[in-house]
Amino acid sequence: MDNDKVIQVEGLTKMFGDFTAVDAITFDVKKGEIFGFLGANGAGKTTAMKMLIGISIPTAGTANVAGFDVFKQAEDIKKNIGYMSQKFALYDDLTVKENITFFGGIYGLSRNVIKEKSDVLITELGLQKVANQLVASLPLGWKQKLSFSVALIHDPKIVFLDEPTGGVDPITRRQFWEMIYKAANEGTTVFVTTHYMDEAEYCDRVSIMVNGKIEALDTPKKLKKQFNAATMNDVFLKLARG
Amino acid sequence: MSISVSNISKSYDAVKALQDISFEVKSGELFGLIGPDGAGKTSLFRILTTLLLANEGTATVAGFDVVKDYKKIRNSVGYMPGKFSLYQDLTVEENLTFFATTFGTTIQENYDLIQEIYVQIEPFKNRRAGKLSGGMKQKLALCCALIHKPKVLFLDEPTTGVDPVSRKEFWEMLKRLQQKGITILVSTPYMDEAALCDRIALIQDGKILQIDTPQAIVKHYPKQIYNVSATNTYELTNALKAYEYSHSVYPFGEFVHYTDQRSDFNPTELKAYLESKNLSDLVIEKTKVTIEDTFMELAK
Repeated sequence: MDNDKVIQVEGLTKMFGDFTAVDAITFDVKKGEIFGFLGANGAGKTTAMKMLIGISIPTAGTANVAGFDVFKQAEDIKKNIGYMSQKFALYDDLTVKENITFFGGIYGLSRNVIKEKSDVLITELGLQKVANQLVASLPLGWKQKLSFSVALIHDPKIVFLDEPTGGVDPITRRQFWEMIYKAANEGTTVFVTTHYMDEAEYCDRVSIMVNGKIEALDTPKKLKKQFNAATMNDVFLKLARG
Repeated sequence: MSISVSNISKSYDAVKALQDISFEVKSGELFGLIGPDGAGKTSLFRILTTLLLANEGTATVAGFDVVKDYKKIRNSVGYMPGKFSLYQDLTVEENLTFFATTFGTTIQENYDLIQEIYVQIEPFKNRRAGKLSGGMKQKLALCCALIHKPKVLFLDEPTTGVDPVSRKEFWEMLKRLQQKGITILVSTPYMDEAALCDRIALIQDGKILQIDTPQAIVKHYPKQIYNVSATNTYELTNALKAYEYSHSVYPFGEFVHYTDQRSDFNPTELKAYLESKNLSDLVIEKTKVTIEDTFMELAK
């Protein structure tokens, strides 16, 4: 496999009975790239992503994620990726430190490594004062930044983000994107699924799914040019409305 | 005035959800409350729809006091909460009939108001509400909030979690409802939707930052904003933040929005500085202010 490509997908298909949820999609994602995976509700984004993160077996096609085959090596994929859900998924009734320790442990990090990472992470996020407070008491923006850091705790090759900044205030949102840029700059591939087009504008390249197929894939700049549109939102409306 | 809010405050234990909020919504106006999660939008909706009592302040809706005349308000307003709150195990038609009956009316009596929306979900009228897609749930909830022909419609984050196509259709529907004389108070965390309202209030941490028309809000922004881009956005952001004259630096899609402290800012100087930081493919150009820029400047 090409070392520069951390996700390679060819003809990937998922059928539920007669219904084709994902229809032969083909694309690559490079190391350190911020890749936006867009589509309307029901376009097949979630189904496609489930196959990529090793929790749903494809009906047909091939996909290699972080160097592993989605059919045969799903468990290896899970160890080598991070995932952050749009819905806050840390434990509200554990403290900040306990959450970090817990997720570090789940990914098999040693006590020493967890301790070290935990200190760095808490300092970087400026959470020193609340490190021993329950996560439930944190403002939403802090929770989301913490979730993102926890998703990166095991130095995954790829991190999957599901609508990461929905509802967050504009300033925290920028801080969040700066964290994403930093991770990408350090070589982590960032795979973002969203249907908020302003999030799409931040990505290096975006793909747009319509009815199970990838109908467009390029940089936001080139897509806007191709569709003669001022924003990604206009690109999306043109594509989805035919 | 259709809605009048004076000095409303609400606390939950130590959390100040709303602090001294005042504003007015004129009859027939489409008014937007724009702010992130936790700003206090839902608390305000619940106070105005008589579901929650404020600690301080007064408010009237459709001329009625939210405390003394709460029953009259309940008959005169439609409320679509942020969380889907219809009966999941009743069908589309049963839900609509239920709400019509509760308000002492029938689907037929006010059908003209909901027709345009209802025809889109009518093919599924025998489906249970819990089995509908997100977009269809939203349309059904709007029909149920409208079936008694309310004077004032409260919509709490109606477009959260909805894709761009459905969002656009939803706002087009709101515009048409407004033309039928209904006053609408709508909340959203999405700054791009602010431009679609007649007037907006920007709200964060329980406080109103500014109230005006969307056009006036962007017009009052104090600085010229520049779009800056380079090959490496991460390095670019760091370099801009380190620049001694920088006033604000925010990633903004494919660009970074930059404002300078000086009134006689010269982009050429900034370009030279960025080049000295080994950044390439530099673009520095003037850009238009958005509501989001204003929000960040006010919240800073």
